[in-house]
Amino acid sequence: MSVTRIPAGYVPLTDAAPLIAAQEMGFAAEEKLALDLHRAPSWSLLRDMLAFGQVDAAQMLAPVPVAAALGLGGASAPLSVLSVLSVNGTVIGVSGGLARKMAAAGHRFFFDDAVAAGRALIAAGGPELRIGVPFPFSMHAELLTYWLTGLGAGTPPDIGIRTVPPPLMAEAIRSGEIDAFCVGEPWGSMAVEQGAGALLLPGRAIWSFAPEKVLAVRSAWADREPGLSGRLIRALWRAGRWLADPASRGLAAEILSARRYLDLPAEIIERALSGKFTVTPQGLQREAPGFIGFHDGAAGFPWRSQAQWIALQLARRNGLDRRAALETAGSVFRSDLYRAALRDTGAELPDGSSKPEGAVGAPLAAGGESEPAGLLQNRFFDGRVFDPLAAD
Amino acid sequence: MVLRMPDALSIAVVEPDRERAFMIVEGLREAGDFDVQVISEPSGLARQIQMRDPDVVLIDIANPSRDVLEELTLASGPKDRPVAIFADRSEDGLSAAAVEAGVSAYVVDGLQPARLKPVLDAAIARFRLFQRMRTELAEAKRALEERKVIDRAKGMVMKARGISEDEAYALLRKAAMDQNKRVAEVAQALVTAAGLLA
Repeated sequence: MSVTRIPAGYVPLTDAAPLIAAQEMGFAAEEKLALDLHRAPSWSLLRDMLAFGQVDAAQMLAPVPVAAALGLGGASAPLSVLSVLSVNGTVIGVSGGLARKMAAAGHRFFFDDAVAAGRALIAAGGPELRIGVPFPFSMHAELLTYWLTGLGAGTPPDIGIRTVPPPLMAEAIRSGEIDAFCVGEPWGSMAVEQGAGALLLPGRAIWSFAPEKVLAVRSAWADREPGLSGRLIRALWRAGRWLADPASRGLAAEILSARRYLDLPAEIIERALSGKFTVTPQGLQREAPGFIGFHDGAAGFPWRSQAQWIALQLARRNGLDRRAALETAGSVFRSDLYRAALRDTGAELPDGSSKPEGAVGAPLAAGGESEPAGLLQNRFFDGRVFDPLAAD
Repeated sequence: MVLRMPDALSIAVVEPDRERAFMIVEGLREAGDFDVQVISEPSGLARQIQMRDPDVVLIDIANPSRDVLEELTLASGPKDRPVAIFADRSEDGLSAAAVEAGVSAYVVDGLQPARLKPVLDAAIARFRLFQRMRTELAEAKRALEERKVIDRAKGMVMKARGISEDEAYALLRKAAMDQNKRVAEVAQALVTAAGLLA
């Protein structure tokens, strides 16, 4: 079998690691694949590159394929999600001015308590609070809305969420264009390094098992290339397993920092991988264990219920029929293809393809096909549970 | 203050690099009578564009701020505007594929002044076509819905009065004319009323 080349796109972020590691560490080669990696400057461009066939696979914000299926956003071909590339990995930060105000009011920046941090943010930010996110269809926007709405801050447009490309986040904070942000690493840490702001909370404090980036392909491609998509799923599953090993962190950060990938200091990239953060320009240290997940807890499994949680938020905000949105979204996350690709690899595979989200308080054995699939904590900050069977 | 000619197409060029911005402005000046404004500061881009309210936005394909324009497109709804995207090279054929698919966005070799005008015209024409298609689609949907309602109402009149389809339609049309309403409205009223009585 000769090597098949697959053009694949990513946006320069720490969570582009699975695609980059798959190529650099030989996991793609093990499946007789070569990934031609294309770095995209914006999510809209990467989505268009995928939709129009410039790349066949792409790292994508989990809500983008769901939004496309619901007819929201720019022109797109139908997209399918083959696997979840990363769980969590975003960070919420505030401007220096807002951080001082919150500190003066007694907030301690412990970097773990979503209720305390949210209340402090709402109190200090007032009704005019403006928060930057990388893209209108992103977990950043969904988690912020879920969190601040849950704490009584109203709903968008009352919550001023606006789009700021990650590399411009620090500048936007400094210039006063926004007061706070939610962004993928390393751009939160970069803002701290540049003295522009302080980190308030890891995204996982809002939902401890939120699908963040997914492996997206055109649905037509997935249907036409079952063999190739299977090989791709396996290569990325192995890359995720490698990334989850603490011994890999140093090397992974070095590879990502290369000029052709992120072109940023390895030390700053490694903070997200190790969960050890510098949260203020003054050097306050905080730990966020499990800040980003690539493998543990069947992280790669594209749960239909994850797509449905996203669809429900999108439907609410855009006035779509909720039941229809739930139905459409479920089939965007292809748990069937994922399961078929990994059946004989010893990978943890859960029995079901849908589950109540937010219902696992502590690590749990869910029972699976090959071995018990250990599920990691899966909690929303407010303890609510999303049951796709009961939701609409 | 920029003197704005009422009929000149207004173009906002999003380009942080001074030299490139200058080249584009020169190219546009040669190409036609445009009201050109350069936005060089990426901060507050959404606000800047909303304030200037241009007819078309030009941005480089490699500019990460394109995601901000995406937000604008979503927010402005009926007022959405064409975004033309400059790509220096046509290496990937992305532009061609995207334009074929009906996106107003991608423009190849955009920085060659001689090519600006046709390329802009194409982007705007395509945008208007796209807009028109969306309007037509909405119209067609509405027409289809109305025809279904009229068919139902016709069926009800036929049964109630034991008359032919043509006669039933003539009755509906007469009722509509008498009340100065559209046939679809009379049909809808009949269907609704029948629903209440059932």
